[in-house]
Amino acid sequence: MIGLGRGRRAVKDPVQESNLFRVRAAEGFLIIALCLSVLLGRYVWLQVLRHDEFSGRADENRIKLKPLPPSRGLIYDRNGVLLAENILDYRLEVIPEQAGDVDATLARLGQVIAISPDDRDQFEALRQVKRRFHNIPLRYALSEQEVSRFALERHRFPGVEVVPYLTRFYPQGSDFAHVVGYVGRIDDEDRERLEDARYSATTHIGKTGIERYYEDLLLGEVGYERVETNAEGRALRVLGRVPSKPGRHLRLSIDARLQRAAVAAFAGRAGAAVAIDPRNGEVLAMVSQPAFDPNQFVNGISRKDYAALIGDPRRPLYNRAVLGGYEPGSTIKPFIGLMGLRLGLRTPGDTIWSSGEYRLPGQNAVWRDWKRGGHGEVNLREALAQSVNTYFYDLAVDTGIDRLEPEMRAFGFGAPTGLDLTGEPSGVLPSRSWKQKRFGKAWYPGETVIAGIGQGYWVVTPVQLAHALSTLAARGVSHRPHLLMSLQAGIDADPEPVAILPDRPPIEATPAQWDAVREGMEAVMHSPSGTARAFGFDAPYRIAGKSGTAQRARRRGNQEYNENTTPEHLRHQALFVAFAPAEAPTIAVALVVEHGSSGSKAAAPVARAILDAYLNPPSAEATP
Amino acid sequence: MIDFDLMARLEHRAARWLKRPRVDLFLLGALLAVAVAGLVVLFSASAEDPGQVVNQALRLLLGFTVLFVFARIPPTVFRTWTPWFYAFTVALLIAVLIFGEGRGAHRWLDFKIIRFQPSEFAKLALPMMVAWYLHDRALPPTWRNLAVCAVLIGLPALLIMDQPDLGTALLVSASGAFVVFLAGIGWMRISLILGSGLACLPVLWHFMHEYQRNRVRMFLDPEADPLGNGWNIIQSQIAVGSGGVFGKGWLGSTQARLDFLPEHTTDFIFAVFSEEFGLIGVIAIIAVYLFIIGRGLWIAANARDTFSRLLAGSISMTFFVYVMVNGGMIAGLLPVVGVPMPLVSYGGTSAVSLLAGFGILMSIHAHRLRGR
Repeated sequence: MIGLGRGRRAVKDPVQESNLFRVRAAEGFLIIALCLSVLLGRYVWLQVLRHDEFSGRADENRIKLKPLPPSRGLIYDRNGVLLAENILDYRLEVIPEQAGDVDATLARLGQVIAISPDDRDQFEALRQVKRRFHNIPLRYALSEQEVSRFALERHRFPGVEVVPYLTRFYPQGSDFAHVVGYVGRIDDEDRERLEDARYSATTHIGKTGIERYYEDLLLGEVGYERVETNAEGRALRVLGRVPSKPGRHLRLSIDARLQRAAVAAFAGRAGAAVAIDPRNGEVLAMVSQPAFDPNQFVNGISRKDYAALIGDPRRPLYNRAVLGGYEPGSTIKPFIGLMGLRLGLRTPGDTIWSSGEYRLPGQNAVWRDWKRGGHGEVNLREALAQSVNTYFYDLAVDTGIDRLEPEMRAFGFGAPTGLDLTGEPSGVLPSRSWKQKRFGKAWYPGETVIAGIGQGYWVVTPVQLAHALSTLAARGVSHRPHLLMSLQAGIDADPEPVAILPDRPPIEATPAQWDAVREGMEAVMHSPSGTARAFGFDAPYRIAGKSGTAQRARRRGNQEYNENTTPEHLRHQALFVAFAPAEAPTIAVALVVEHGSSGSKAAAPVARAILDAYLNPPSAEATP
Repeated sequence: MIDFDLMARLEHRAARWLKRPRVDLFLLGALLAVAVAGLVVLFSASAEDPGQVVNQALRLLLGFTVLFVFARIPPTVFRTWTPWFYAFTVALLIAVLIFGEGRGAHRWLDFKIIRFQPSEFAKLALPMMVAWYLHDRALPPTWRNLAVCAVLIGLPALLIMDQPDLGTALLVSASGAFVVFLAGIGWMRISLILGSGLACLPVLWHFMHEYQRNRVRMFLDPEADPLGNGWNIIQSQIAVGSGGVFGKGWLGSTQARLDFLPEHTTDFIFAVFSEEFGLIGVIAIIAVYLFIIGRGLWIAANARDTFSRLLAGSISMTFFVYVMVNGGMIAGLLPVVGVPMPLVSYGGTSAVSLLAGFGILMSIHAHRLRGR
């Protein structure tokens, strides 16, 4: 026998060896049985004690929730005219797995459908993060021609699909650009402030206007599909679904016909107009000119178009109606006049003498009337009709800034109105404390003088002015201005009116006092001496109005203002406030025409056009 | 025309075979049971691909053919050829180191016609060689004999580990160690050897490949990298745990069918089994495995000579290592090592070499001591 270590060898004992082996085999079997018991113990632990946990994890593995986007609520005007809808549009999507050579496909596709470098960049970015079998959008908003052109060539493009989707559309275009606003793709800034779960399937979010303010109502609720998914993430079958709930439809108080008439009345000039129903605070029209087409923003505005809008010196993106700050000028005079009556400093019959110049005792400064030589003896009615500065200089000085400020605050000046749009500023209601805070300087008596005619530090927004005017028209009853009138769950559902938040306490004055101010404002439009009689004398209804001219260039001494020689940006801003019918007003309008010389010449015809459109529709088609 | 004579002769032979078969019917039945269970799970794990099932069935058929052929060869023939077989295997292992190919690891020898892993030979050659060396020496072995055994085990084991194939190296060295254990080496010595082995673990760590080290790291803390290296361990435990007591039913595995479980027809097929048949199925199959091991040890105990005894015992105990290492890996009890679940995992070579080993067991059983 061959052996590796033949050295010292003990004698073999077969029987003893056999017995030794049996012992060893038995010991080995015991150890093995023990080890397998431990192994089984582990399976018991996994399959019995931790079964629930692992069952959950197995389901988590395979069941993915695929969010279903809710359809965004529609926006209507008060008569049911669509202001924002969801329309079917088409986008081009590429599935890299099926397309094969993606770059070659895109190159060929470019010959059929225009693909910009922007589109291409976005596509590549998505391609990095998505799986090969996922659809990646390449171009949105295909035109009908593009869709049909692609349909003809479709066989050449495996893995490329034209997919229908719902997109926001603003049928009224630029007319409602600032009120309704627009939606845009969710960006990083939005992502920081929103709840991710609610937006898991939504690509767009309200960026401005009503779309932004009522985002929560418009959005709706996301739905889910429970999808069985393999490890790659490929969906295999749908296990169940919770449908999405569409957003609420909004009915705005805006009257589309009135809005369009107001836009037309501006005839391309820059400015803003706000019309409010003084009986309830409903905003009937809100115009800011120039405007822009909100549809440009929905699926991403091109850099060139955006640069053009941003760079336009006339600032079309700026919502002047809410954000624009203007010196109210003489439009403040009715409020100052009422203040005099309320505080008992004047009666409607009290007169003052306008010599054309006003001086404070012991001061050299001179404040003028707009009419050289003055208006002579005037009471409140005439002071309003002819816009006599001296009357209001004198009244403001008698009142003093410390009493003037709270009187004006009661009308809502110096604070946001609470309108349902974001970003509304406070404006400036001049006061001793405001000046101290803002400039660290004491109040000068001369500043009280000009505060009485709406000049100096005064800043009001058109919506503030319209709100204050509504309160005046409603004889002191204040309603918070609002755009949202009612909500609807669906197109056929009954409207649910929205609760209107209470506004300031009413302003108390006697009927005679209200009448005096109203009559003064009516005289502006209808009396032979009225500054805006040219735009009121032929009206089939009575208008209470007041013009205002905010001065960009101050008159110095006797220098005359000539609108034809003054550069446009230094020309006056023309303001006008008006409510009608004067005895029982249903509409109150405040408007500004920028660089429009005087309020009575430039702004009054716009106000008249708006009032006509509302109270005296030109043709039968507009009559409900 | 029917040849009644031939029929009668065949019938007679069948009756004689059943009366005194050359194979142990209990062991054969248990092996067949496991193999059938394996095919059943494979059908599910392969997403109902009949091709893979037929493939595996053919390999098993080859394996059982080898088993029947080996059962007819007397153990003395195996014993005589052992040194040559061992030398041949070591030569192949060296060849595979030089000419071998495979994915990342050099395991395969390609002879144009057949491609195989020489390490599968080592699974038989090594215990045979150690048994051969010890069979005519007084037992329990002396320190000197143990040293020779260590060399006989260590040489092929290191060659396989270098391929690198930690799983097979482990199985091969275990099969050698079991021979030594069964040879009656004292518990004192076992403790000494195991103790020094443990002391050598840091050295082993040093020689391990980075992917092997990662497997150990992941075993210790799979949740540290749940999408990367820890994925297999976590998904496998999810499969087992979600099966519960009664399982999700045949074809009901979501972990395998949705591809969450990697390698679900090969190394991790037992996770699919556990998911579909639950704890009941696991207990049943482990019981069958334990029966195979016990039956193998019983055959060993009744073997005619020392070589047969040691070899039969080692083959049986090595079978346990497969079950323990694979089952432990799937349950997260042991690190991920490429050891298949015997006769269940898809893949031919290990099934054939396993059944060849059981063929030797059958031969030893057929040539056992009789009429004691």
